[in-house]
Amino acid sequence: MSIQILQQGSGELIGWHDPDENRQWVREHKSRDLRDKRMSVKEAVEEFVHDGNFVAFGGFGHIRIPMAVVYEIIRQQKRGLIMAGKTAVHDIDLLIGAGCVNKVEVAYAFGHELRGLSPAGRRAVETGQCKVVAEISNAGYQWRFLAGMMGIPFIPSRNMLGTDTLKHSACKVVEDPWSGKPVCLIPAAYPDVAMFHVPRCDMYGNARIDGIIVEDFELARAARRVIVTTEEIVDTEVIRAEPGRTVIPFYVVDAVCEVPYGAHPTLMPYLYFFDEEHIGEWLDLSQTPAGTQAYFEKYVFGVCDFEEYLDLVGGIRKLNYLKRVEQFKEPMRAPWLKDR
Amino acid sequence: MVERVTTYTATELLACVAARMLEDKKSVLVGTGLPMIAALLAQRTHAPGLLIIFEAGGIGPRVPVLPISVGDSRTFYRAAAASSMHDVMSACQAGYVDYGFLGAAMIDVYGNLNTTVIGEWEHPTARLPGSGGANDIGSLCHRTIIVMRQDKRRFVERVNFITTPGYLDGPGARERAGLPEGTGPYRVITQLGVYDFDEQTKRLRLLDMHPGVTPEEIQANSAFAVPVPEWVEITTPPTEDERRLLREIDPAGMVIGK
Repeated sequence: MSIQILQQGSGELIGWHDPDENRQWVREHKSRDLRDKRMSVKEAVEEFVHDGNFVAFGGFGHIRIPMAVVYEIIRQQKRGLIMAGKTAVHDIDLLIGAGCVNKVEVAYAFGHELRGLSPAGRRAVETGQCKVVAEISNAGYQWRFLAGMMGIPFIPSRNMLGTDTLKHSACKVVEDPWSGKPVCLIPAAYPDVAMFHVPRCDMYGNARIDGIIVEDFELARAARRVIVTTEEIVDTEVIRAEPGRTVIPFYVVDAVCEVPYGAHPTLMPYLYFFDEEHIGEWLDLSQTPAGTQAYFEKYVFGVCDFEEYLDLVGGIRKLNYLKRVEQFKEPMRAPWLKDR
Repeated sequence: MVERVTTYTATELLACVAARMLEDKKSVLVGTGLPMIAALLAQRTHAPGLLIIFEAGGIGPRVPVLPISVGDSRTFYRAAAASSMHDVMSACQAGYVDYGFLGAAMIDVYGNLNTTVIGEWEHPTARLPGSGGANDIGSLCHRTIIVMRQDKRRFVERVNFITTPGYLDGPGARERAGLPEGTGPYRVITQLGVYDFDEQTKRLRLLDMHPGVTPEEIQANSAFAVPVPEWVEITTPPTEDERRLLREIDPAGMVIGK
């Protein structure tokens, strides 16, 4: 007796592997060796991000995004990337605008929450330059990674049922053999590479996160390659003193890059707030293709590394201000507030 | 006779009416913008024991100022827990979340929401951000409250794309689709009034009107016929106290305005 498929979404199935195939890949490619994985962002992107890859970023679109990696992907002009729109905000907007990403599976993309919609992302979709290959929801995407990290082909859920979100997803609906009710089956996802920014990590890749972990726990374990950028590389004894705080363990990590302020202009909990001035400049410039290009010329191709970029966006004065805002010592300023 | 001077904005009214709908000692999962403001106002007025939850993992925070994102650090400031999306969404699915509180671009007569696309999905006239957590919230919380602006393009007979489920195509449709029993849209709050859903037909109908609004105005701003009951309550305007609290919650005027 086989389970009958009641409904099948028409979305493209991105990043799925037969669980045995993925087990084999993990066995052959993921090192269990506790070794020094420190390298530059440039080296990490050269080695682990390839044209056509299915990529995902930790954090939450404009919270704790590994921006040094985003800029480096643009600098190295990676092409044909498929991105997980697992609440993708500033990260995906830049990568679409720069022509690196041309396919997205969307839970949330092309928007900037309270700031409004993203001109670059929307323009790319509306002109057909970037293709939405499937719809899904935030919980749906998260559970794709959960199934991936569990090494199972899918996970059942009770969201999305009855909607066009499901109709355009890569999910299927079957009758639950226990309750007899329809359930949604969400396929596992194994991104080719997932990238994270964390406050603290040792040289082996044992990483901590302060505050909400969003879906980083599951994503890091589901992805085939993992790049971690960190505010600070700490001695492994710091990690081992409180091992309960390790969110990402070393054996899933492939590269560790020390990048202070590496999430700028996105928010790094407890350390620095959104740089609304900078995000506002991007939202303003990205209204036109020429402006979008000008932004990348100035902030990505025009600088040799992330430190030079930080000087360009306002240096220590700006970074101290963002720290004061995050710690409630100063009110926020945002250019987009003028219109409200 | 004393002439009444309107001293509040439509946004303030929406926020206050929405806030009053939330019950003390219940849980609510809130979306970006007005839902956040309303939940924070409820907590600072009649519902100090309201458990506010954010989809990215913030659980029971003491939110100091309005967050920009449902995942920013304000959503887990001095929280009971800074957790994960898996944890929060599982709590919704397991029945711990009483209210889901959403904004929307477009709604239809059965309370289905569209935040994905205007025009054809394959060739969109306008591409919107998609579900985000909205589908999950509208699928899994016990009751969904929607706060939005109303006009003829936003209040439609059938949305062209159901991002988030309302009552789908009528009575029993949610359960037939496999969604949790007894869930669905509970109230819709707009700048003109408050709506609920007929228990028999699951179609949207008028419940309350805001001060000064007429049934003709309600109808003129909807693409489908809105049933108007014989007796309609008029909502209470924002008090000075509520207005002051709204400014405390949103000192930068991100949602409330300057």
